[in-house]
Amino acid sequence: MSAQLEIRDVSKAFGGVQAVTRVSLDVAQGQVFSVIGPNGAGKTTILNMISGFYHPDTGRIVLDGTDVTPFSPSRIAARGVARTFQNIALFKGMTVLDNLMLGRHVHMKAGVLGSFVYWGLAQREEVEHRKRVEDIIDFLKIQDLRRRPTGSLAYGLQKRVELGRALALDPKVLLLDEPMGGCNHEEKEDMARFILDVNEEWGTTVILIEHDMGVVMDISDRIAVLDMGQKIAEGTPEDVRANARVIKAYLGETKDLPGGREGSRDEAVR
Amino acid sequence: MAPERLTTLPRLLLRNARDLARRPALREKDRGIWQTWTWAQSCAEVRDFALGLAALGVRRGEKLSVIGDNRPRLYWAQIAAQALGGVSVPVYQDSIAKELTYVWNHAEVAMIVAEDQEQVDKVLSLRADLPALRLVVYDDARGMFHYRHDWLKSFQEVQELGRKFDREHPGLFEAEVEKGVADELAFICYTSGTTGSPKGAMLTHANAIATARMAAEAEDFRVDDDYLAYLPMAWVGDAFYTLIMSLYAGFACNCPESPETVQRDLRELGPTLMLAPPRIWENMLTSVQVKAADAPWLKRSIYERFRAAAERAEILRGDGKAVPAWLRLQLALGEFFVYGPVRDQLGLRRVRWALTGGAPLGPDTFRFFRSIGVNLKQVYGSTETTGLVSLQPNAEANPTTAGRPCPGIDVRIAERGEVLVKSAGIFKGYLKNEEATREVIDPEGWFHTGDAGFIDPRGHLVIIDRTKDVGALEDGTPFAPQFIENKLKFSPFIREAVAFGHARPFVAAMIAIDPNTVGNWVERRGIPYTSYVDLSQKAEVRELIREEVRKCNETLPDATRIRRVLLLTKDLDADDAEITRTRKVRRRHVADKYASVIDAFYSGRDQIELMTAITYEDGRQATIQSRVRIEDVEAGAVVHV
Repeated sequence: MSAQLEIRDVSKAFGGVQAVTRVSLDVAQGQVFSVIGPNGAGKTTILNMISGFYHPDTGRIVLDGTDVTPFSPSRIAARGVARTFQNIALFKGMTVLDNLMLGRHVHMKAGVLGSFVYWGLAQREEVEHRKRVEDIIDFLKIQDLRRRPTGSLAYGLQKRVELGRALALDPKVLLLDEPMGGCNHEEKEDMARFILDVNEEWGTTVILIEHDMGVVMDISDRIAVLDMGQKIAEGTPEDVRANARVIKAYLGETKDLPGGREGSRDEAVR
Repeated sequence: MAPERLTTLPRLLLRNARDLARRPALREKDRGIWQTWTWAQSCAEVRDFALGLAALGVRRGEKLSVIGDNRPRLYWAQIAAQALGGVSVPVYQDSIAKELTYVWNHAEVAMIVAEDQEQVDKVLSLRADLPALRLVVYDDARGMFHYRHDWLKSFQEVQELGRKFDREHPGLFEAEVEKGVADELAFICYTSGTTGSPKGAMLTHANAIATARMAAEAEDFRVDDDYLAYLPMAWVGDAFYTLIMSLYAGFACNCPESPETVQRDLRELGPTLMLAPPRIWENMLTSVQVKAADAPWLKRSIYERFRAAAERAEILRGDGKAVPAWLRLQLALGEFFVYGPVRDQLGLRRVRWALTGGAPLGPDTFRFFRSIGVNLKQVYGSTETTGLVSLQPNAEANPTTAGRPCPGIDVRIAERGEVLVKSAGIFKGYLKNEEATREVIDPEGWFHTGDAGFIDPRGHLVIIDRTKDVGALEDGTPFAPQFIENKLKFSPFIREAVAFGHARPFVAAMIAIDPNTVGNWVERRGIPYTSYVDLSQKAEVRELIREEVRKCNETLPDATRIRRVLLLTKDLDADDAEITRTRKVRRRHVADKYASVIDAFYSGRDQIELMTAITYEDGRQATIQSRVRIEDVEAGAVVHV
C-alpha cells in the first residue's frame, strides 16, 4: 500500500543547528499519525516542511504521488493540507464566522469585482460556503459563538475555532500542532473527541503533535518518536510504549538499561 | 373528524395535518437557519417513526422516554409512541445516573430516544440495570459510528423501517390512532418530590385535552402564535405548551439552536406567547440593568427617567387609579425611546401575554416587565393538574396572587388552609403507588395540592406555602418558611434560602448567595475573591446580605422577622438532593444535613465548622470544610415591640 504522505530522508538545518536529520515517515490515508518527542526534537519543523513554510535541505515530500517539496504554502493548502498552530493564529478582531469563512478562501473562485458587486457567482458561492461553515459550527458545537470576536474567547475555545478554520478548507490531511496545549482536562477531552470524529466521519488523515502522552496513546494509530532531530522509533502505541530508546529519550539514561537495545519496559513511559 | 372524536393527542395531530396542512407546526434553528415543518410534514415524520416502532414490535401501552434538549424529533417520538397507544415518559437530561435508573425502571421504559452521543452514552452506562429496555434511538448521528448493537438505531433508520412497514401494512397507522381512547395514558411525568423518591404522575389524553380546552377558554391562544420551546421537556409546563396546547390550538413551537443560544434565538424569533419560571425573568431584568449601568451618561439618564415614569404609572394602574395626562405623554415618548427598544432587545416585542409560574416572582421584577409593556401574568398549576389551576386575566395582573381559577376548575380551601382542586385535568394517580395516590385524591375526587392558601376578595387564589411546612414558633405564631424564603430570594444577591423556626423561639435562615451578582458587586468595589467559599465569607458580602435581610424584615410581621443568618459556602444543588430539579427546597433533607447549623443558630454560637458534601454530575463526592460565621441581624426596635 502506498502512503498518502511520504516523507523521504528530509533534513533541515538553521545556521549551525541541525533541526531535522534524515527523517522518513509514511502516513497512510485515514490514519491518526502522531509525532512525539522532547522539546526541540524537530516536530514542528517537520510540520512546517509538510505545509511548505520551510523547504527541506535534502530529501523530498510526496503527497498523493506528487512531489510537493518545492511548493509554496498556498499551493500545498490548495492540495488539501490544512494546519493549526501551536500559538493560535486567528484574526482576533474578526468574528468566529468570518474566521471560518476565511478558511474557505482556497475554494472561492469569484474575482474582486464580482465579489464587490455581490451578484451571481459571488453570491451563490458565499451561500454554498456558508453552508459548509455552518456544518463545521454545528460539528464543533460553537453555535453560540458565531458573532463573537475570536480575541474575546477563552483559550480552549480559540483552539476549537482554529480547528474549525482548518476544517473549513475541507482538508485531506490535517496538521495539528499541539491542539491541546494550554487546555484544561475537559477541553482536552473535547478536542480528542473532535479529532477522532473528524478522522472517522470524514476520513481525514490527521498528523498530530502533542505532549499529552495519555491523549497520544489513546487516539493514535501510529506514532513516530523524534529526538534531537532524528527518528528513534515508529510504530503502534504499544510498540512505542515498550521501546527502550523512547524510554531513554524521555527519562534519560539509566544504568541498567543498555542504550540502543530495544527492550520491553512498558511501565516506564506511562 | 367530528369534534367529539378529538379525544386523543394523535387524533388532534391528524386533524391539524388535514386542516392546517400548510401552517407551521415546528421550527428548529439548525445550521444557523430556522427550518420549518408544517403540520402535514410534522405528521408524516410522526407517522414514519411510529410505524418504525411498530415494525420493531412495539406493543400498545409500552413506555417511551426522551432525554435531551428540546428537539423536533424528540417531540415527534413522544406523539408517535402515543399514536401506538404508548406512553411518553420524558426525563430531565441533567439527572444523575441513580435518578435516571430509578425512573426508567419504575416506569418500565422499553424505548429511549436520546438526543446525541452524550445522552446515548448515559443510557449505555446504565443499560445493565434496565431490564425492560429494548430499543435506544438517537437523533444526532454525530460520533455514533462505533456503536453497533441491534437495539441501537438512528431516528432515520427507524423511520426507514416505518416507510417499508407502511407499504406492507397500509392504513395501520390510522387504525392504531383510531384504537386510542381518551382514558389511555399519554404521559407519565415524574415529579421530583421534595421528599423521597420521585413519583410518576399518570396523565391521560382526557386530562390533556380537557386542560387544553379550559386553558383556551381562559386565555387567548391563536393559530398563528409562536412559542419558544426551551424549558426542560420533563417539566409539565413544556409538555403542556408543546405537545398539548400547540396540538389543540394549532400554533407553532420553535426549538432553539442550543441551550447557550436561547437569548439570541428568542430575539430572532420574537415569540407571541411566553412561559418562564421566575429565574428567567430575573436574569433578563439583571441583563437590562447591567447594560443600563454600563451605558454612557446620556443613554443611562434617558433610560432611568422613562423607567421611573413607567413604574409610577404601573403602580397607579395597580391601585386602580387614573394615570394623569402628563404621565401618559411621557409613556408615549418612552415607548418610542425606551420600552419598545428594550422589549425588542429581550425578544419580547411581539409577546401578547407571558406567564410566570413554578415559584413566586419578586414584585419589583414583575412590575418592571409590566411597566415596559410586557403583559406578564402569574399562573399556578402542578404536574398533577396537567399544569393548570389558575391564571390572571389581563386586567387583573398583580404580583401577589396566583390568579383566578380557570373556567371548569373548582378550587376549594380545606381546613388548615389547604388548596383543593377538582377538574377534568386531575391526573389518574401515581404509577404503582396507590398509597400516595390515596393521600392526594380524596374519595370525592378533590386533589389535595399540599399548598396552603386562600381566596382573596376578588376571587383570586393566593398561595402561601406548602401545608406540611407551615408550622409555628415556640410562642404559637404561625410560621410559613417558604413565604419568608421567597421574600429573601426577591433580592438579586440571594439565590437560595432556607428558613427555620418551627417550634423555635425565632426565625433563622441559611442563605446561598448568587455568585454572579455578588461577584459583580464586589468587583465593582475592587475587592478580589477566589471562589464561592471565599466570596460568601467576605466581611463586605456578609454586610451586604445582612442589609438585604434587614430590608426583607421590614415587610414581615415582627414575630417572624429573621434574627440570625448564615451564608452557605456552596449553592444548594439538586445533585446533592438539597433541592429538586425545579429548584424547590427539600426541607427535611436539608434540616438533617445541616443539623449542626440549626443547632448553632439556636444555641447562640457565632461561628461553626461547616462540612458540606458535594456530589459531582458523574456521582463522585467531595467535601468542603470551612469555618463559617453566623450573623445576627440587628433587629433594633423589632426586638422590643
